[in-house]
Amino acid sequence: MKAGVVVFPGSNCDRDMAVALRNAGADVQMIWHKDADLPQGLDLVAIPGGFSFGDYLRCGAIAAQSPICRAVVGHAERGGFVLGVCNGFQVLTETGILPGALLRNNNLKYICRTVELKVATADSAFTQDYKVGDSLQVPIAHHDGNYFADADTVARLEGEDRVAFTYGDNPNGSVDDIAGVLSANRRVLGMMPHPERASEAAHGGTDGAAMFRGLVGQFAAA
Amino acid sequence: MKARVHVMLKDGVLDPQGAAVKHALGTLGFTGVDAVRQGKVIELDLADGTPEAVIGEMCEKLLANMVIESYRVEVL
Repeated sequence: MKAGVVVFPGSNCDRDMAVALRNAGADVQMIWHKDADLPQGLDLVAIPGGFSFGDYLRCGAIAAQSPICRAVVGHAERGGFVLGVCNGFQVLTETGILPGALLRNNNLKYICRTVELKVATADSAFTQDYKVGDSLQVPIAHHDGNYFADADTVARLEGEDRVAFTYGDNPNGSVDDIAGVLSANRRVLGMMPHPERASEAAHGGTDGAAMFRGLVGQFAAA
Repeated sequence: MKARVHVMLKDGVLDPQGAAVKHALGTLGFTGVDAVRQGKVIELDLADGTPEAVIGEMCEKLLANMVIESYRVEVL
């Protein structure tokens, strides 16, 4: 699998993301935000965590207007895989690739700790190596992770089995405990928790590794 | 010309910052504050004659996130 990790000024989980993908067997290259085109033949674009453009205006809002994001929208529209983690999820909602928005945490605090995630669907390349209901321990590190969408959108996401993960004990006020959502074609995943920070024994847990394994494995099998 | 854009969270979207400000006003002894909503104000210096429709487009494409926010344009 050929994967690219987008780097914005203020990204800080880009190398963690690249390492997690490489450990799973992907061929990974970094992509600078000013590039207008993605490298040829990419299967996956990963948008990492961090504070792109200092979170100015709204988290992810400026990054979503960068030249590379127009190319990422095109990649998603062509059916390419996209993974957005933390700030990457915020960027994906700001581009409109994924529905909803991430509001300030309801307790107004930046939260950095490991939380319980529940797998809500195994029907995606990202979650196929899990079972529905699996309980995972994955870190979160965000100030604006309170997922919001209007009631019709939430009903549609739940009706179409597009909620990928929920929180065991909702840390931030997200509607219906939603921690990650899929696109309609199930090839774009945005999530606030950091699976790349739970993918090696030295991280203190490896519950996130199966996501990268499943994703990369999908291409090895094809 | 100048324009001032007011961006507010939509009604029905919880505003935890506004709630914290309301709480702090209560702590200071101000009574009768039923609700506080916090938004932002963005001032634009524009070429004379910029149509309001174009300012609206700026708001919808960037200055406000229409999923959670509404905006009001004031041409000064």
